[in-house]
Amino acid sequence: MNMSNLLANYEEALSMILFVIGFSNLLLQKNLIKKIIGFNIMDSSVYLFLALKGYIEGHQAAIVVDGVQSVDAYINPIPSGLVLTGIVVSVSVTALMLSLTIRLYRRYHTLDLDEITLLVKKGGF
Amino acid sequence: MDFVRNFPLFCIILTLFSGPCSMIMSGKHARRLNLFVIGAVGLMSVAVFFNVLDGGSYIYYMGHFPAPWGNEIRVGILEAIMAVFFCIIMFLSMIGGAYERSQEFEESKENLYYVMVNLLLSSLIALIYTNDLFTAYVFVEINTISACGMIMIKQSGHTLEAATRYMIMSLLGSGMLLLGICFLYGITGHLLMSNIKEQVAVIAAGGAYHAPLMIAIGLMCVGLAIKSALFPFHSWLPDAYGYSTVSSAAILSSLVSKGYIFLLIKIFYRVIGFDVIQESRVINVFFLFGIAGMMIGSIYAIKEDNIRRMIAYSSVAQIGYIYMGFGLGTQMGILASVYHIFSHAATKSLLFVAGAGLSECSGGSKKFHGLTGAAFRNRLAGVAFTVGAFSMVGFPLFSGFMSKVLFAQAALEVPGKILATMIALAISTILNVIYFMKTVVRIYTPASCDVLCDAENYKTVTMKTHPEKSVVLIAFILLNLFLGLFSQLLTQLCERGLGMFS
Repeated sequence: MNMSNLLANYEEALSMILFVIGFSNLLLQKNLIKKIIGFNIMDSSVYLFLALKGYIEGHQAAIVVDGVQSVDAYINPIPSGLVLTGIVVSVSVTALMLSLTIRLYRRYHTLDLDEITLLVKKGGF
Repeated sequence: MDFVRNFPLFCIILTLFSGPCSMIMSGKHARRLNLFVIGAVGLMSVAVFFNVLDGGSYIYYMGHFPAPWGNEIRVGILEAIMAVFFCIIMFLSMIGGAYERSQEFEESKENLYYVMVNLLLSSLIALIYTNDLFTAYVFVEINTISACGMIMIKQSGHTLEAATRYMIMSLLGSGMLLLGICFLYGITGHLLMSNIKEQVAVIAAGGAYHAPLMIAIGLMCVGLAIKSALFPFHSWLPDAYGYSTVSSAAILSSLVSKGYIFLLIKIFYRVIGFDVIQESRVINVFFLFGIAGMMIGSIYAIKEDNIRRMIAYSSVAQIGYIYMGFGLGTQMGILASVYHIFSHAATKSLLFVAGAGLSECSGGSKKFHGLTGAAFRNRLAGVAFTVGAFSMVGFPLFSGFMSKVLFAQAALEVPGKILATMIALAISTILNVIYFMKTVVRIYTPASCDVLCDAENYKTVTMKTHPEKSVVLIAFILLNLFLGLFSQLLTQLCERGLGMFS
């Protein structure tokens, strides 16, 4: 393990740092909206990581223009496709989480998950 | 029979499209469609099973594009048995919970429940059959979303909070799974399971990229362990199973977590390769947390005062058993875990449906105090609960006994882990006896007047009150006895199926 590897792949290192930030926010924040933001940071970091895996220095996005069909002209298109699929998944999950948050807020008038748990345990609603 | 080979794809497509179709139907029609779809998928899976039994496993190329361009489905004996079994359990759970659903749901929203159930079945079938890791990830997310919908459809504070917690834990798990898949894609350059396995063998032999490989294995294993509620990650489980409607609880505990576990087995055998998994230390981690789950799940269950939450905590313990089997790191250990998947699925859904029957005749009470003497008011549910309890405890004749025998046999092959496994099995059995027999004794204690007098809602439920539910309970009992008595047949088939994996 030497530092030069880390510096050469600083984008990947950055995406891992973002992943950890998002993960710990999703896990530790009490506020539901902050949790959802954490989730989005976490997923975006994975997409950054994936996009980096497909990127080839100096190549174009994988859309055929001017009839150039050589493999050397384009980046690897598969990770881009995976990122698109992943974005669809994370958008739908975010929508679901937000709708749950709205429901909980209407019922308990707070976004703090621990407080909501206390209120639920007391019963009443 | 070449045509039968298309059936796995038909199953996925049929369930996937019946989901949105239920959205525009009335609740009644959606319910019929749902039962029809589950039945049809079950029958098709039976046909697939007999096909692979004769013809061996095969890979189905979607749209006739071969690897590495196309998406693939892989069908073997184990996959087919799982699909058949999942359909049986789901069918019985859906019928068994029909009465409770009609009481608990708003009528205008009933059809939305079936959207979720159909999508859930679709994602389970796809998880069973797929041969592509990223497809597996997408269906894992569909599975999570529909399971969350099934929890929150009963509108109460408890279920909303449980659904939120379930979602948060699941998202942590699927984030790790996705990152693991990306790492694996980064070092192997493939997404199809068989291609990845070839490359992983090269990497494992060569020594380069060993660290990323271990990270990928760790991330995927921990991600799926979080999603299937292995012990330290179980905090969402009791609320989610305890307060959702009965059919949701039965399906969630017996199928959803099992879908993830089955994917994990596939990753062991078909993606990473069992040798590499054995060399990595992840199995020891599973072994430790599995045993911890067996103990702590049972201790929580003993402390619990609510019958539904008690059954839910017992699930934590049983998931611990399954991971302990993984932790043994042998073919026998995995086989025992696979058998326990069947046995636990059949028993846990039986317990949930029978528990609902016991609450029904006690004015809806789920507390032990209110359930006193419930078995006399609803005899069939009492018998069914007792059968389930015996099975979980590991009484001979019932399925739980066979899985414990298999775990013990598997442990004999692993010198370093014999003692720990045997002691864990013994202690866990004693703990199981404490809380299950406590419940059985409670429901067979005649209610004294001070209990009876404050509960005017006590009523007698006979087999004729809900004929369909009685049939379901009897079917569950028979299924349990079948698993217990003909375990040899099933384990042989599973062994052949596991052999087909590699």
